[in-house]
Amino acid sequence: MQDFWAALAQAFALILGAEAELVEIIGLSLRVSLSAVAIACVIGLPLGAVLAVGRFPGRLALSVLVNALMGLPPVVVGLTVYLVLSASGPLGVLQLLYTPAAMIIAQTILVTPIIAALTRQVIEDLSGEYDEMLRAMGVSRAGMIATLLWDARYSLLTAALAGTGRALAEVGAVLIVGGNINHVTRTMTTAIALETSKGELAMALALGIILVTLSVIVSACVMGLRASAARMAYA
Amino acid sequence: MIRYLTVLTFAFLGAVPALAESFIVVQSTTSTQNSGLYDAILPQFTAASGIEVRVVAVGTGQAIKNARNCDGDVLLVHAKAAEEKFVAEGHGVSRADVMYNDFVIVGPEGDRAGIAGTSDAKAALTKIAVAQAPFASRGDDSGTHKKEMALWTAAGVDPTAHSGAWYRETGSGMGATLNVATAMGAYALTDRATWIAFANKGGQRIAVEGDAALFNQYGVIAVNPVRCPNVKAEAGQAFIDWLLGEAGQSAIAAYRRDGQQLFFPNAR
Repeated sequence: MQDFWAALAQAFALILGAEAELVEIIGLSLRVSLSAVAIACVIGLPLGAVLAVGRFPGRLALSVLVNALMGLPPVVVGLTVYLVLSASGPLGVLQLLYTPAAMIIAQTILVTPIIAALTRQVIEDLSGEYDEMLRAMGVSRAGMIATLLWDARYSLLTAALAGTGRALAEVGAVLIVGGNINHVTRTMTTAIALETSKGELAMALALGIILVTLSVIVSACVMGLRASAARMAYA
Repeated sequence: MIRYLTVLTFAFLGAVPALAESFIVVQSTTSTQNSGLYDAILPQFTAASGIEVRVVAVGTGQAIKNARNCDGDVLLVHAKAAEEKFVAEGHGVSRADVMYNDFVIVGPEGDRAGIAGTSDAKAALTKIAVAQAPFASRGDDSGTHKKEMALWTAAGVDPTAHSGAWYRETGSGMGATLNVATAMGAYALTDRATWIAFANKGGQRIAVEGDAALFNQYGVIAVNPVRCPNVKAEAGQAFIDWLLGEAGQSAIAAYRRDGQQLFFPNAR
């Protein structure tokens, strides 16, 4: 318990001090995770929608697979991406290992199934309501997907948030493919792991408190955006 | 072309890998990183050479595997036999001693095995096994773990037969293992540098030290550019030359934590 109060005090001191190093680490965390979520949305939203309204063989199996991949262990993803990006791996020539790009790739793999699976559910529910109408209007399947995605945009923000939470919180993948290199690939979570291994528990907790606060801010921003966008739409 | 496209892809995300800058990747151990040594000496090398050093700190076993995959320009670890094997197999150019310190056995205040203040590591481990006192092992094929296993073998004890009972394999780094030892009042083998720098000692203290068998030698190896064409041989060698030269050696000797010297340079 002593550690906890020390951590709280330290967290405030860190935030008030706004040390360059902390700002850098927070910046990298946000950059990597938000980039991964953006890419995952580009892949996951259409994929989820296709799974919801598409009619093709293996659709059910693919849906089950995407749902299951939501539970991908970050360490396994990290290890796989490491083997692919390693100098002796198939994509070694790209020299992406131990760079933020490698971390974005790993997190994209982790986040895409979450966004795709949640999108599939949202769109499936919505298409029940819209199906007949869209069909009567003679809308093509692609047009249907676009319409459904657009009309579900506020619910889909929650899917993006779930993905952001996963990306910001995971440490296993970015530790392996990023290497936790100071000033290059050190994020909030890898810094927490490092401080823990140094026995600096209060410092580790303080960073944890800041990470949670960051998560709250991101989520509040998205919710705020959603609320104001909804107001504008119905004004 | 592929590379160009990749850079372009990530450029708009603001995550361009640093391609133009001059840097090397050093595969190394947690003990050197967690003790703060690199933070103290690397800026001096960078200032002198213009080469940035990126340290990936993992266990010695993993560091060697990563270097074997050509994912590093220099290897700086502490498991001489494994290092010599690495060079003999053609993965490294040559190996040189850099510095040393020693391992210590730390233990709880209660000292169930009755080994506090002794200096015979082999006898101490035997006593721990007889008393079935909790012992936290790295269990991760790191340099420290290799040393620990060698000491158990010398003591004629197979602790893994008691794994899960009094012998606990954490499978993680030195600091994480020390956290476990502190929490459960267990004995543990650690390098002295990590121990001195470690902040969560709780009631743990050094029980056994000063045995010649606890000697801890660090070595440096340039990854073989013939086998790994991507290796930055020149910059890597510049770092090794600096480390083994007067500037590097005195930088290592000058690094203190709580007034104590953590590493002793011994390049020849």
